[in-house]
Amino acid sequence: MGKDYSLKLETNRSELVKGMRDGVPIGLGYFAVAFSLGITAKSIGLAPVTCMITSVLCHASAGEYAVYTVIGENAAYIEMAIMVLVANARYLLMSAAMSQRMDSSLSFFHRLLMGFGITDELFGISIARPGMLNPNYMYGGMLISIPMWAAGSAIGCFSGGVLPERIVSALSVALFGMFLAIIIPPARGNRLIGAIIAVCFALSFIFSKLPLLSSISGGTKTIILTVVISAIASILFPVADEEEKEDGR
Amino acid sequence: MTHSIFIYILIAAVVSLIIRALPTTLLRRKITNRFIRSFLYYVPYATLSVMTFPAITEATKNPAAGYAALIVGIVVAWFRKNLFETAVLCCLTVLVIEFFL
Repeated sequence: MGKDYSLKLETNRSELVKGMRDGVPIGLGYFAVAFSLGITAKSIGLAPVTCMITSVLCHASAGEYAVYTVIGENAAYIEMAIMVLVANARYLLMSAAMSQRMDSSLSFFHRLLMGFGITDELFGISIARPGMLNPNYMYGGMLISIPMWAAGSAIGCFSGGVLPERIVSALSVALFGMFLAIIIPPARGNRLIGAIIAVCFALSFIFSKLPLLSSISGGTKTIILTVVISAIASILFPVADEEEKEDGR
Repeated sequence: MTHSIFIYILIAAVVSLIIRALPTTLLRRKITNRFIRSFLYYVPYATLSVMTFPAITEATKNPAAGYAALIVGIVVAWFRKNLFETAVLCCLTVLVIEFFL
């Protein structure tokens, strides 16, 4: 018999409450960013309820942005699968890292639900806790932040057409601000990551401006550049164990 | 050909869940292949970078505002490392610049 993670235990209830408390600032940030995603969803003609369902099921900034890009381009289903895979590939790594911190007897159901809850931030606060992961802490964070994410996207989608153009234009960069907040801080301590970001910016820019290459869809461009640049970087600069640990998210 | 929104979202949801839950449910040992570990390590930076630029300059009404938001975002993320602050300051930058242009 493994460790008891049921809410009958006082310690587990307190973990849940701690998770909910830590989920509040995350949820506030999510609300703002999801609002900008909702505007994107609105621009390709999605209804707020569709947007909310997508947000609950996918709850990922880059992932959902990819989803709306693919829908907007009316691309093939396979492109949706590959785009979501590429845009969310980092979660595979986080999930792998989390698996190393789970009690070996932890049930399939807990493992599935914790995996479902992975986002940059929820992974970040969960992995920062000492010792083996208590599922209840992560559930607390999920209970607060995921509904706020979903609400933000639905409200953004609903009000996207009502708000003045100037406000919509300003809010539409929130998502990119969030992307920058994920990629830039690690570049501070690691010049290689900074260089990779610069190379990606340059190639992405060239792809979108050159006559022949610019006809490639945004989704396909992301897949090609991500796979090629990551593979070349992995061959030239394989990562040592320590770097992964330092990264932390 | 027109695609069903329902099937699009279903595919996205299933793929998202598989990516997130496959390692937690199946992986009980450490990945030892150095190439795969390195590849997974670099993927997030590459994807997010490619998605951010030049898209951020195309999202705003005026491209100059997008460029300004990019620079502000990089500077704020570099010094403050805070997700919420970075997103909000990028928005404010666009708001202010488009007010004058």
